[in-house]
Amino acid sequence: MRHDHIISAKQLSRADIEAVLDHAADIAADPGAYADRHADTLLGMLFFEPSTRTKMSFTTAMKRLGGDIVDMGSVESSSVKKGESLADTVRVVEGYADALVLRHPMEGSSKMASEFVDVPLVNAGDGAGQHPTQTLLDLYTIRENAGFDDLTIGIMGDLKYGRTVHSLAHALTNVDAHQHFISPESLQLPRSVRYDLHQEGAEVREHTELDEILPELDVLYVTRIQRERFPDESEYRAVAGQYQIDSATLEAAKDDLTVMHPLPRVDEIAHDVDDTDHATYFEQAHNGVPVRMALLDLLLENAEVTTDE
Amino acid sequence: MSDDEQLRVSKIRNGTVIDHITGGQALNVLAILGIDGSSGEELSVAMNVPSDRLGKKDIVKVEGRELSQDEVDVLSLIAPAASINIVRDFSVIEKHRVSRPSMVEGVLECPNHNCISTEDEPVESRFAVVDDGVRCEYCETIIRDDLPAHILAE
Repeated sequence: MRHDHIISAKQLSRADIEAVLDHAADIAADPGAYADRHADTLLGMLFFEPSTRTKMSFTTAMKRLGGDIVDMGSVESSSVKKGESLADTVRVVEGYADALVLRHPMEGSSKMASEFVDVPLVNAGDGAGQHPTQTLLDLYTIRENAGFDDLTIGIMGDLKYGRTVHSLAHALTNVDAHQHFISPESLQLPRSVRYDLHQEGAEVREHTELDEILPELDVLYVTRIQRERFPDESEYRAVAGQYQIDSATLEAAKDDLTVMHPLPRVDEIAHDVDDTDHATYFEQAHNGVPVRMALLDLLLENAEVTTDE
Repeated sequence: MSDDEQLRVSKIRNGTVIDHITGGQALNVLAILGIDGSSGEELSVAMNVPSDRLGKKDIVKVEGRELSQDEVDVLSLIAPAASINIVRDFSVIEKHRVSRPSMVEGVLECPNHNCISTEDEPVESRFAVVDDGVRCEYCETIIRDDLPAHILAE
């Protein structure tokens, strides 16, 4: 894999994806072998939005590779509060760290930031745009549980604003996947994502009801429908309720259906699903560590090669 | 030549004549080129004059400035039939068409208010020209219709 920065799932080829996933599998099999791999390496953490899983799993990944992190902290406690531009912030922090991880509420922020730095920059979520490292761990989880051959996957919930959905849908065009998109009409895939899927020759099959397609699915990827996307509480409740699943819903599914969720969930997957064999979302979250270790390892090695050249 | 025609097509000594602009788009052409008359340049604008090819067309003449191909190619987005005449000493010394650029920078404003390019950052807006519109290089929003409405205010 030869990328300077990881900005979008669109830049990842099938070979890139396989390289990260294979490496992640090696790391997961023997994490101790990588414990000193990047001693003295510092990862700069720039989180302009709250994050639990992404931030903690990047931190764990860097530490498990023998390195450490330097953290900007919250926006309230940083110079961003004084009106500093993002371009300035990343140019300052690249002097403190060997690679940067950026989460920012605006679309295109990582792309822009990457134009100002020489160290590798990883997009950890840009507004409603992309979240490529979530996609890599999603793909890892899918490959482990359902495989990439003749895969039928349903992606459900907020497809309009869900960045994990945008990244995943594009990445799945690299594998033998039939994608079904299940959402209320108001939260269907945005035009730019549809455009890319069409460009890749992928068929966009849309449903407003899960029942229409549930029995055919190998994987059901559930995302949260956010309250703030609706003008009032009653409309939100009416819509969101249709996209919640529980163990009774899943009786119509294949026995080996894999249920995934990028988390955090609110009430879209009932707790009684946790005890079924379908529930894979905690495993999915745990996979964030070996996958991010693999990605960081490949990116940092690549950066060293580029510097040596 | 009638007085009326004389007025419309009065010659310039040195500069650029942009002809065959889609009727009604002359002011948008000027906006894209960043020409608003404030720096004193001599301008002639004719709008909605009869044209065999276009039905109605606009013409813009800029005295004292030779526009480069890069500068005019962006006009193809709103005036695909435009022709460019470079004039020196009252004679047309170069004539060319606009061609579709692959990228336009600093011309359009992204309609997505949550796009980083709309913030106070040291970057110009940048759009890739795609099959049926343009696409923000930062947030990937696609603009298909009404490009003139998205021209950046100077």
